[in-house]
Amino acid sequence: MAEPATLRFAPLDLGRVLLWGATALVFVAAPLVFRQGFALTLMIQMGSMIVFALSYNMLLGQGGMLSFGHAVYSGLGAYATVHVLNFIGKGALAFPVTLLPLVGGAAGALFGVIFGYVTTKRAGTTFALISLGIGELVFASVLMFPGFFGGEGGISTNRVAGAPFLGVTYGPAIQVYYLVAFWCFVSMIAMFALTQTPLGRMANAVRDNPERSEFVGYDTQKVRFLQLVLSSFFAGVAGALSCINFEIVSDENVSALRSGGVLLAAFIGGIPLFFGPIIGAIVFIFFVVALSGFTQAWLLYLGLFFLAIVLYAPGGIASLLVMHLPVIRAGRLRELAWPYLLAAAAGLVAFAGLVGLVEMVYRLSEANLDPQMSIAGIGFDARAQPPWLVSAALLGAGLVALRFATRFVGERWAAIQQALEARRA
Amino acid sequence: MSAAIELLEVRKSFGKTEIINGVSLAIRRGERHAIIGPNGAGKSTLFNLISGRYEVSSGRILLNGADITSLKPFQINRKGLARSFQVTNIFHNLSVYENIRCGVLWSAGYKYSFWHRVGGLKDVRQRAEDVMERIGLAKRRNVPAGTLTYAEQRALEVGITLAGGAEVILLDEPTAGMSRTETAHAVELIKTVTEGKTLVMVEHDMGVVFGLADRISVLVYGEVLATGTMEEIRANPAVQEAYLGALHKEGADA
Repeated sequence: MAEPATLRFAPLDLGRVLLWGATALVFVAAPLVFRQGFALTLMIQMGSMIVFALSYNMLLGQGGMLSFGHAVYSGLGAYATVHVLNFIGKGALAFPVTLLPLVGGAAGALFGVIFGYVTTKRAGTTFALISLGIGELVFASVLMFPGFFGGEGGISTNRVAGAPFLGVTYGPAIQVYYLVAFWCFVSMIAMFALTQTPLGRMANAVRDNPERSEFVGYDTQKVRFLQLVLSSFFAGVAGALSCINFEIVSDENVSALRSGGVLLAAFIGGIPLFFGPIIGAIVFIFFVVALSGFTQAWLLYLGLFFLAIVLYAPGGIASLLVMHLPVIRAGRLRELAWPYLLAAAAGLVAFAGLVGLVEMVYRLSEANLDPQMSIAGIGFDARAQPPWLVSAALLGAGLVALRFATRFVGERWAAIQQALEARRA
Repeated sequence: MSAAIELLEVRKSFGKTEIINGVSLAIRRGERHAIIGPNGAGKSTLFNLISGRYEVSSGRILLNGADITSLKPFQINRKGLARSFQVTNIFHNLSVYENIRCGVLWSAGYKYSFWHRVGGLKDVRQRAEDVMERIGLAKRRNVPAGTLTYAEQRALEVGITLAGGAEVILLDEPTAGMSRTETAHAVELIKTVTEGKTLVMVEHDMGVVFGLADRISVLVYGEVLATGTMEEIRANPAVQEAYLGALHKEGADA
């Protein structure tokens, strides 16, 4: 075959380099913009959650493996890290704290080899169920072997250990932030690079059609196994980061709650796209950390949000964004402004009504709470009728308005898509 | 010279039903061999046994003289046998190019590598481009396989099968469901791309069989009734009675 006539010289994909550069810049600059201590706590947790959610998506999005036990790998990585950190603290070991995520990663990968050998023998529902079983098994073991796992109280540690390197002790939160940011960035690049390898590509193939993969020479079991081990490595890195941040590792780290959480985060962000779980992790931590400070019902709101995504945007937030790219390129995003604004307003009204009802139910269901309460500066008594009526009316009116608004959005959207389609043809 | 594929007294039963009833057959190296027979004769089952999709109940299967009887599909593929499917079996969410590339990767020696950047593998790209050119889908390289037309998907099906460069190719009804022009095009395609290889195909369309096959085996009720050149098969009274009779009946029913 003849060589293509045009010579191509593209040692670096410029767009990609710019994107990663911008990401690095955001990571470096974020604490300079958000200066409050709370923002820093939030961002540190987002960093380790991003690594965790991306590692989860190596299974679910890329390999088609629905795991209900991914916290096993991050949690055991965290336990390994906490022990090594305590050895460093006692002076029994000279190891830089900066490199501890590698310890977590190695431990995660090791358990990935052990458990993955069992779980990846099957795909689909069987894989999901075995992963659930292993998750429960490890969770139970944590309480059965208090010598290593520290029982119910867990194992606490002090991250200021060993000799400081260039004055970095990891005492102040800002130093922890940059540690997490560094490892998050490196892990992001590494996990993206893995999607571009033969194994990464064959993981997609095995996800789409395991049978055909066997007939082009691939042992699907081995593809799943290797993908899971690599994923466990990054889960372990995430576990080590959370260990360094919280300075405690307990049974909660390997719990089904964590495993479910990372599934939620990845799905909300969008599993079909590489960057989806990054968005998902940020949103998830926002719910868990920020919203939980305002309301006891945060888990309920998170659940409702998750349901809405599963039902109406199964590709997650990332897919919603990507869907709009052609519209933006065609310069027609403005036509959607009104429908979107109306839908947002209607949604907000319905949401306000929902919040009112939920919060009042919560207030009355707890015996020792004061029924006199306030939402957004409006004070009222949860035992009186008017707030219930108002909330219900808001919810009802909001939902009706939302129905019309979404129809409006749908019509505009269809018209734009039709026009784009016609231009393509 | 040993046969490319040799079946020795192969039997397969599902429960109590015997589908393949002691088939012995030798496919010569480099020949184009068609397996014909009425519906339910066990042609596809035979393919599934050879390619490792099903396990034989008894008997042996040799590939280039080596026993492949109880090997898994991927092991048989690595020994140089590739197959296509009667019902299109492609990677629907991946692009045409990526579909072909999946067929290339193992044979190019990259196995489960997670340290090579797949976009930088020149040999893989060259081979994939080459296959796409030959199956006539080069212009559709970035289209998701699921959105191709039926005929294009059939071509891709054959393309994935050929991509690994296997010496022995099994095609299961490559022209099933195609229009006459599409079929003629597919026959030309199969002729050129299997040049110098051993080809075994299941085919219903007699035009395709006569246009492509060097030899023909007739399978009826899980047994090989006859094997020979087209003239020999045509002249065989047993075939005329059992198979062509059945064909007439099928035609009358339709």
